[in-house]
Amino acid sequence: MPAGTLYRGREGMWSWVAHRVTGVLIFFFLFVHVLDTALVRVSPEAYDDVVATYKTPIVNLMEYGLVAAILFHALNGLRVIAVDFWSKGPRYQKQMLWTVVGVWVVLMAGAFYPVLQHTLRTLFGS
Amino acid sequence: MSAETTPAAAVNDASLYDVDNPAPVIEAPRKRTKKTPKATRTNFEMYGWLFMRLSGIVLVVLVLGHLLIQLVLDGGVSKIGFAFVAGRWASPFWQAWDLIMLWLAMLHGANGLRTVINDYAERDNTRFWLKMLLYTATVFTVLLGTLVIFTFDPNIR
Repeated sequence: MPAGTLYRGREGMWSWVAHRVTGVLIFFFLFVHVLDTALVRVSPEAYDDVVATYKTPIVNLMEYGLVAAILFHALNGLRVIAVDFWSKGPRYQKQMLWTVVGVWVVLMAGAFYPVLQHTLRTLFGS
Repeated sequence: MSAETTPAAAVNDASLYDVDNPAPVIEAPRKRTKKTPKATRTNFEMYGWLFMRLSGIVLVVLVLGHLLIQLVLDGGVSKIGFAFVAGRWASPFWQAWDLIMLWLAMLHGANGLRTVINDYAERDNTRFWLKMLLYTATVFTVLLGTLVIFTFDPNIR
């Protein structure tokens, strides 16, 4: 590990690590996603074929993971903005992180059925 | 840099100097000179930092709205297909939504990855080529996505 990338630990560092990891994952997905959407310019069949893979159980589960990564990155990004621009932001950064985690857990619980319903219906019937 | 030096004992003795015999000028240690590289004198990194925050706020709305429509509402991923895309891009509103989201997300992501590369790639050559690869992929993806949104044809067959 290069020097100076692991320091002090605790909420501040680990939220920063999670922000990086989720950011990189989202960027790679975005690249693939623009490529697969571009297939609408090839033919409806080519597009529907690639979308069919998005509907398989494993990829559907990965979509739930993508939602998890995006939700954390979005909520923690708002926390970073609050730390940078709100005068009391740095003082409350820990409380804000646990708020982020709490909201994230609630939204992930709420997204479980809607996002995975395609797989749940296919595997366990309607 | 001033070539003149003054004996330490004389420094405090102000009476040694007058209008005709001025005290030697001590140059500020980090004074900007003609040799100071121009590249370090822009605010590029500050604007990058600001862009991440401003685009981030807009992306929270655009991306979470996109996820809600594509993956949560109306049966989740089940309904997605060519017909669904055609229905959405029939509206200039959703075309604009997707176009702005594409540009902001790609630039936000590219700048984030630039930061990550700068942090972890320690060799100058590695860093340079990773960033060239990143910029190439970014320009390609943004242009391809833009082209697809503008030239989409629901009656392609």
